[in-house]
Amino acid sequence: MASLKDLRGRINSVKNTRKITQAMKMVAAAKLRRAQAQAEAARPYAERMEAILASLGAAVASAPGAPQLLVGTGEDRVHLLVVVTADRGLAGAFNTNVGRLARARIRALEAEGKVVKILTVGRKGAAYLKREFASRFVGEITYLGKKRVEFTDAEAVAIRVTEMLEAGEFDVCSLVYNRFRNVITQVPTEQRLIPAPLPEQAAETGGPQALYEYEPGEEEILATLLPRNLAIQVYRAVLESTAGFYGSQMTAMDNATRNAGDMINKLTLNYNRTRQANITKELIEIISGAEAV
Amino acid sequence: MATFLLELVSPEKLLLSRQVEMATIPASEGEMGVLPGHSPMIVTLRGGVIRVRENGAETERLFVGGGFAEVAPERVTVLADEATPLATLSRAAAEQRIAEAEAALRAITNDDSEAKRDAAMDRLLAARAMLAAAQAA
Repeated sequence: MASLKDLRGRINSVKNTRKITQAMKMVAAAKLRRAQAQAEAARPYAERMEAILASLGAAVASAPGAPQLLVGTGEDRVHLLVVVTADRGLAGAFNTNVGRLARARIRALEAEGKVVKILTVGRKGAAYLKREFASRFVGEITYLGKKRVEFTDAEAVAIRVTEMLEAGEFDVCSLVYNRFRNVITQVPTEQRLIPAPLPEQAAETGGPQALYEYEPGEEEILATLLPRNLAIQVYRAVLESTAGFYGSQMTAMDNATRNAGDMINKLTLNYNRTRQANITKELIEIISGAEAV
Repeated sequence: MATFLLELVSPEKLLLSRQVEMATIPASEGEMGVLPGHSPMIVTLRGGVIRVRENGAETERLFVGGGFAEVAPERVTVLADEATPLATLSRAAAEQRIAEAEAALRAITNDDSEAKRDAAMDRLLAARAMLAAAQAA
């Protein structure tokens, strides 16, 4: 049986742990609010962009010589997976879930005889996938030490992907990340980037679509619009992932705080029982000693 | 006077969404004044200043660093790479950006593609427009 001193030590250490997890939960909650606001602020741009792309893309996609960013290389041999995770842990299964989905995809693609390349955004995903797929890595990016992710950071990823496409290094590109549904639910999602999935023509506008004049020509506009669309998709994924991360961390830390509380209760009970047992034992010793005299 | 809905969004936020009488947009092929009932267009933007007129007076001036605009008869959507109200534009930042853009342009060799050179050139022009806008404010 543990001595009273040991029990006291353990209770104190668990109390300290509870303080830490509680503080982390508060911090995560504050950061979650900020990340959510940022994700929300990015939404209008992405929506308008989608609308323009829909009205423009459908017309150009079928034409020969359409840009590669829109229609891909026409082949389906080399897949590039862009895996977005967080840079930090202590967020429950947040990073593992993305990693698991990515791993399943890589296995499935390789079983079909495809070549897979991996680009990770975020330190944790790199660590997770490197153990198994180190030879498929083409790069890793982290935002460690950054207070908030800006659009230019996402743009850098998009530029990297575009350059790889132009160099013919892959045929199909997908993004794997945690989609933020609400604070407790993040859904690991795979989303195709190249060839670009064309959004359905907005049906509710009704009647024939307005005929746009393009200045300069359609191709020139598309040539600048597509890379930006790619950057926006990455940006959105990173923001959703960040918001999801803090949500997940908040939940994880809430659980940890509660578990620490339970543990403290159990240990305190144990401590008191031991203390009473000791007192009883001493009393018995004194009384039986007195009787013997 | 007739109005139309002007929306100005950057990737980081929605800057403007309201009814205005006229907007002047720095399209890549020249400044473009838009009044209600304009024929539908999609244009690319260069670095420059968007001017907004409401109630017969110019009410807003914002610097945009390039992007797109979708013009429809009763709605204009500007998708700007970045947008800053002229009042908060800093000359030092603009000068620094010009220096960066010039360095990037110098680093480009003949081996690089034409698209890359054009992109670097556009960035420099946008940075110069930013400085001009900062000085005008």
